[in-house]
Amino acid sequence: MLRETLLRTLDDLVGRYGKARENLLPVLQDLQAEFGFLGEETINEVARAFGLSQTEVFSVASFYHFLNTQEKGKYVIRICRTISCDLRDKANVLRALESELGIKMGETTRDKKYSLDYANCMGTCDRGPSMMVNDRLYADLSPSKAVDIIRSYR
Amino acid sequence: MARKLDVVFSDIEPGSALRAALAMTPSDVIGLVSRSKLRGRGGAGFPTGIKWDTARRHEGAEKYIVCNADEGEPGTFKDKNILERQTAKVLEGMAIGAYAIGASEGFIYLRGEYKYLVSDLARKIGEMKSQNLIGPDICHEKGFCFDIHIKLGSGSYVCGEETALLESLESRRGEPRNKPPYPAESGFLGRPTVVNNVETLSFVPHILLNGADWFQQFGTEKSTGSKLFSVSGDCGKPGIYEFEFGITIRELLKEIEADAGTKAVQIGGASGFCACADDFDKPICFEGIPTGGSIIIFNKSRSMFRVLKNFVEFFQEESCGQCVPCREGCSRMLEGIEKFEKGKGSSKTINDLLELSETMSLASKCGFGQSVPNSFRTIASKFKDEILSAGEGELWQS
Repeated sequence: MLRETLLRTLDDLVGRYGKARENLLPVLQDLQAEFGFLGEETINEVARAFGLSQTEVFSVASFYHFLNTQEKGKYVIRICRTISCDLRDKANVLRALESELGIKMGETTRDKKYSLDYANCMGTCDRGPSMMVNDRLYADLSPSKAVDIIRSYR
Repeated sequence: MARKLDVVFSDIEPGSALRAALAMTPSDVIGLVSRSKLRGRGGAGFPTGIKWDTARRHEGAEKYIVCNADEGEPGTFKDKNILERQTAKVLEGMAIGAYAIGASEGFIYLRGEYKYLVSDLARKIGEMKSQNLIGPDICHEKGFCFDIHIKLGSGSYVCGEETALLESLESRRGEPRNKPPYPAESGFLGRPTVVNNVETLSFVPHILLNGADWFQQFGTEKSTGSKLFSVSGDCGKPGIYEFEFGITIRELLKEIEADAGTKAVQIGGASGFCACADDFDKPICFEGIPTGGSIIIFNKSRSMFRVLKNFVEFFQEESCGQCVPCREGCSRMLEGIEKFEKGKGSSKTINDLLELSETMSLASKCGFGQSVPNSFRTIASKFKDEILSAGEGELWQS
């Protein structure tokens, strides 16, 4: 990521939301959507823009599961780990994805394209197993359907 | 036999309930809601009228109403469906609440997992603005202005707890606050704030249109009205159901076509209670077995050990870490449970964990830590043999 791009995006966001402390989270959410993760440089610049300490910004960013302080894949695949999806054979979907991507749960492919993670209940318990790819939700998965979906993200 | 109802997903004439509210004084609106005995549908069951009245009475130029759409309890999906199918009614419920307490701004705190709903919500808010149901001088009522903003969560279960939600709304870590002061006295930015669940708000317009007596004819004395249930797991017809409060587990099982092989029903999600066959004649309501709506069915092939472990893993991951009883307690409970898998657990381990449960429910700061032990206590007491023999044989025959 170019520093100039970061600063320009941050400037736009702070302009849109305002510098008040309560606007920090939307700014972090949008930066993550734009750049994929909130690295040290991003945290530092956000802290400067809001007049906060880096520690404080980092403490907020690191609290939320959907904000990444480490680089993740371009596509973050989150599989629902709630018991309802478990009852509907989530384990087989996970196995199929691990073997398709050649990584284990919690890992990122070497080309930084895919990360495999768990998430908690996605609100599709009657139609599980479910997964999200970035913000998009998929329910009623079978192992082959999940693999087909992932392949469409190449 | 408890009645099956269709209130939440039935259509109303847009704006009719809000106009009915505006024809009354704010305190009369609160009086009506109080008489209906409407209680919070998120699970805690706090009387909505008292919340509103507290916020109304509290001094403050700026007040807020927040729609809690951070539906995260495992096994719950009703609020998402309400937001998708009855968006306008929820927004109208917020506007009625705003009028009652004297708020001019509201927020929908939407969980990050439901981000895909944002564009539809924003469009609906725009539509209602053009209909003069949100915005300045609503329904030509001079001086009643109310605007709604959408705020997103970022994947945190504890943010469904109302004070953690407020922290998150202020862009802080989602760590619950001490109560008192209650949010209705000191909430968002220290100002009086009412936080209501999506389902609660969706009942408000119906109460305005049909009255408190109509609402009270459903349910039980202490749990009036109807309730949405999100049903998943081993049954013929999973999905969303609306029944009056007081329905017994057995009646519910019949409706959702769960067969005689039903071994256990988890009521209220991971933080709720596990019911076994002996409990099936108990009613689901605040004075019976309470629930925010999550109902998960387990048949005889399921390992209750694995169910329990799934819940404890969930808590261990989602504990905000702020207070010791919950942060340490969740980790120790998971450690203890894993012992059984390795064949190293005994009755003493269960007793140790029951003691830990007592500490957690007494000493944890918020409802999260206090309710972690619910599933452990109920599963470990009703299915003790399954826990003790977790190290042997197959855990799941699916």
